[in-house]
Formats: sequence, structure tokens, C-alpha cells
Amino acid sequence: MPTIALDAAVGGDPSAAPDRSPRPGRRRHSARRRRPGLPLLLLLPSLVVLGVVLGYPLVRLVVLSTQEYGMRQQFGAPAEQVGLANYRQVLGDDYFWTVLRRTLAFCVVNVVLTMVIGMLVALLLERLGRRMRLLVSVGLILAWASPALTATVVWQWIFDTQYGLANWLVTTLGIADYQGHSWLSEPGSFFAVATIIVVWMGVPFVAFTLYAGLTQVPSEVVEAAIVDGAGPWQRYRDVTFPMLKPLLLILTALSVLWDFRVFTQIFVLQRAGGINRDTNLIGVYAYRSATGDNRFDLGATIAVIMVIITLLLTVAYLRQMVRQEEL
Amino acid sequence: MTDVIAPVPSTPTAPALPVLDDAGAPPVSGRRSLPGRRPFRPGRVLLNLAGLVVFVVFGFPVFWMVVTAFKRGVDVNQRNPTLLPAPGTLENFRAVLDRPFFWSAMRTSLMVTLLTVLLALAVGFLAAVGVARFGFRGRKAYMIMILVVQMVPAEALIISMFKVLDGWSLTNTVFGLTLAYLVFTLPFTIWTLRGFVANVPVELEEAAVMDGCSRLRAFTSVTLPLVAPGLVATGVFSFIQAWNEFLFALVIMDRPEHQTLPVWLQGFNEGAKGTDWGAVMAGSTVMAVPVIVFFLLVQRRVTSGLTAGAVKG
Repeated sequence: MPTIALDAAVGGDPSAAPDRSPRPGRRRHSARRRRPGLPLLLLLPSLVVLGVVLGYPLVRLVVLSTQEYGMRQQFGAPAEQVGLANYRQVLGDDYFWTVLRRTLAFCVVNVVLTMVIGMLVALLLERLGRRMRLLVSVGLILAWASPALTATVVWQWIFDTQYGLANWLVTTLGIADYQGHSWLSEPGSFFAVATIIVVWMGVPFVAFTLYAGLTQVPSEVVEAAIVDGAGPWQRYRDVTFPMLKPLLLILTALSVLWDFRVFTQIFVLQRAGGINRDTNLIGVYAYRSATGDNRFDLGATIAVIMVIITLLLTVAYLRQMVRQEEL
Repeated sequence: MTDVIAPVPSTPTAPALPVLDDAGAPPVSGRRSLPGRRPFRPGRVLLNLAGLVVFVVFGFPVFWMVVTAFKRGVDVNQRNPTLLPAPGTLENFRAVLDRPFFWSAMRTSLMVTLLTVLLALAVGFLAAVGVARFGFRGRKAYMIMILVVQMVPAEALIISMFKVLDGWSLTNTVFGLTLAYLVFTLPFTIWTLRGFVANVPVELEEAAVMDGCSRLRAFTSVTLPLVAPGLVATGVFSFIQAWNEFLFALVIMDRPEHQTLPVWLQGFNEGAKGTDWGAVMAGSTVMAVPVIVFFLLVQRRVTSGLTAGAVKG
């Protein structure tokens, strides 16, 4: 199917190609003008799919957030328009603000840890010999390719109360007697475990991307800095870092967006023994409001707020992206 | 950690300096270790040590998962764990395969994943050609829309997505879940493939036509091979996304006979809490190891594919 379409697309070029061959750029333009409908035809499937599975649900979400929609409506009672009442209720709820603050704090801690460790691992990768680099890469890929669910389940096992490796390690090293210690029942250590999982899964991507960026830093520049007597820290601060800055910005923005919406890890750890109320982050909170309490309207409202925050955060990312890539 | 890594480079680079000086022109990766001459250097030992630590920290959980899967129940429930399954057993895997709905979950997961990959590639490729080969009004808006769409948190959409799919009787169907997965995979596919298509000069195809190829032939023998790495990279990406996804599968496929592997595994995990870690790890292994091995095999192609696609806009 794509074959035919592309054939048609290329066929849009004038068949009289040879006589104007010296100016390829121009020719392409004339083709564009000749068949204005063709590119739209090519984009149509993607527009339909995104409209159906993203646009429409998004509209429904916003509509839902302006209705009263609970248990009764679920069973067929007509939904009543309530305007912004749901927003008033959510924003007036102290607990919502607690969850939002908690989510942002979790996000900041995780992004900082991911970026710093990712940068250090990238610098390490750059300096290792070939074989050692391969070994480290394999280790990173093991973490990177692990599904979020299995990763969480495995870490859950490592932090298991009865037979977990973590308790054994802490006890054996003589740090404290952690036999039978429950990590998940206390919010502080619950989030410590969640952070370990999220950072563990997030670092490989950041490290590989930054390593790729490091290899693009021209060695002449670094050598010049060495000749000028710059120490390693100075070299990093004044040469490497500025060159990596665009990449770092994009990676940071992406990590912020990803860590803001963390769901699976929190959800699974809560099921494994966390106290929901003390450990909800915004994504899980919206889900639980909708399904657990059967308040689809409030769940939708929280979700809309989540989308708005994400889009605000995206602006920074988009700016960088648009600046870097010629659209 | 800063102490370990940051000061180290001074040691390996210092001896390299004179070499660079008189070599002058083309020092390909000159500041890295020079092959052939590797005398004992404390800096290098420290670096390798740090590398080893990173390898262990990131690789260990996966290792522990596999090891536990092969342990006997008595060895799993041990206050003093052993590093290897002394007398190993396949009992845990047998328990997994015999568990209700395992095979149906495997089948559903495979079908949803393959369908997602195919649809994402087909639809994404068409769009990529559209934006890479044509200039038209709204092109820039379309690209920005793709970027924004990529950022919308799918987690927030789950509530209304369920209602929409339910209204169309698409919950508990492979096609319904596949549609939902296109939300994550399509924007990335379009964005990446666009770079690949743009990198193939139209002139190349035209040259083939001038040499007597048909348009179709010119496309299949000139353009397609050049875009293939991009198709592989984005295909692998979609595969992993769809295979690993949890939340949408949890909500959209709510009947046990329609569960995907992740949802099945989580049910297993909750049901077996505190009792059968060996079997749960065996289930995790069955689900994760194929993906990890697959990823290890194609990793280089994927990363080089992604960077190649990203280099030119």
C-alpha cells in the first residue's frame, strides 16, 4: 500500500524531468503546485487515526469534566451540565494540592537524579575502552528494555518484606536490623523505591543520547583546551557543556514530561502495600477518582488539569525543538 | 561519584598529548585510549571499576529476576539468599505455563503488538512522505501538532478513551487496544521516518528512472533500502511500546480471557503476593527476556537509525 502511494507521490514530479534537470529544487516546487491534494491524501490516514483516538477522547474528556457523571449516569441517567463546578470542587480540595505538590516534588527529584547520573554515565562511556564500553552498554540496555511492569515487579521482589534482598543486605552489612522491614508501608521509603525504579529505567536513554552527543564534540576543540592548560572540570564546564546544552535541554524537558505522568510504578507499588492516600501521584489519583470512587467527572477534571500542566511544560520543549529542527 | 569520574580523564589524556602534537592533523578519537599501548594506569583501573559498578547496578535486577525464576521454592523463601540457583528447577516456568489465561494473554499480546507495528508503520510512512516530500500550507502546523500530540499524557486520556471505545463496542477487542496504542506510537513514527525520507534525495530516484527504471522499481530498489533502517528502528520502538504497555490494557481489556501479558502478570503478582516469588519471576522472565534479547540484537541499528533520522530535518 505505501508503495503505490509513494509511487504516485514521486509521480507527481513532472514527467518532463530531463529538460529541466539542472535545477532540482525548482522542479520539486512546481510538482508541489501541480497536485495540491496529494500531500493531504498522504496525511489523511494519520489525521483520521489521531482525530479518532486522541482528538475525540480529548473532547469527551473536557465535556465530561463539565458534567455531573457518577454512578447513576454510568447506569444510564442523563448527565447534567454543571459548568465549572467540578473544577471548583477539585481546586478547592486541599488533598488535590497535596497530590500536585507531591507529584512535582517527585518529578523534580527524579529528573535531577536521572540527568546527573545519565551525564556521569555518558562521560564514563566516552572514556572507557571498547570492550568495557560494550559491557556497560549491555547493562544499560537490560534496564532500558525492561517493561515498566516487570521492572517494578522485580524491584518489588528485591524490596520484599520477608525475603527481599534489600533487607538481607542492610541487615548483613550491619547497618540496621531490617529483617521483616516493610519498605512500602511508609511514604518516604515508598517513594525512595519508586525513585530507584524510575531513575533506573530512565538513565540509559539519557546516557546513550548524551554519549552520542559527546562523540559529536570535535576533538580539535577539546585538544585546544588541553593545550591551553584547561583542567578536566574546566574543559567540561567551558567546552563540553555548552556544546551539549541543546541536547541537555531537550532531554530534561522529556524527562520532566515522563516523570510527571508516572503511573505503572506507583500503581503496582500501591497494590503491593503502599497506602494509596499517602502515595497518590496525579496520574494515579485521576484514575482512582474515576474508577475507585466512580466519580468520572472529577477524574476527568483532574485529567484535564494534568493535560494543561503538561502542555505548559511542553512549550519549553517545543521551543527548543522548533529552534533546532527546521520544520 | 563525581570524585570517581571527573578527575580521572586527566590521567589517560596527559600521555596522549605529545602524540597529538606531532601527529598534527587527523586524530580520530585521539583523546581516547590509544590501541596497543596500554601500560598500567591507576586512572584506567578506576574507570573500569566505575564501569563495572554501573554494569552491575543496571544489570543486576534483570539477573536477579532470571536467577529467582530458576530457584526452588525453598531457596527463594530464604532469609539468606544465594547468588545462583544451586539445584535449579523448571518448576516455576511450568507453573506459569499452566496458569489460567497465560496462553490467551500471550496470543492477545502478540496480536496487538504486531497489528500496532504494522498500522503505525503504514500510516506513519504515508504521513512521513507527505511532509518530507511536499510543501503545502499547514505543513508546519501539522508538524507542530505531531510534536504536541507526542507530549499529551496518555494516562490522562484513559477515562474518556474507555468511554469512547466502549461506545463503539471496541473494548475487549484487539483492534480497540491497537487503536489506543497508535496514540503513543504514531507521532514518534511520523517524526522519525520524516527524517529518513527527507534524507533520500529525489534526484536519486529520478536518476534511476532516467536509466530506465519504472517509478515503482525506482522506489523499491533505490528509496526503500535507504529508508529501511528507519522502518526497522521505528518498528522496534512500536513493538516495545505495545508489548510493554500496562494501563490501557488494564482498562480496555478488563475480561480475563482478553488480558495482555502485562495485565496477566500483574494479576498473578497480586494473587501470589508473599507466597510464590519464583513463579512470578518466571512470569516476568517469560515476558521480559524476549524483548530484552530482541532489543540487544537490534539496538545498534535502532540507535544509529534514530540518530540518522534526527540528524537532518
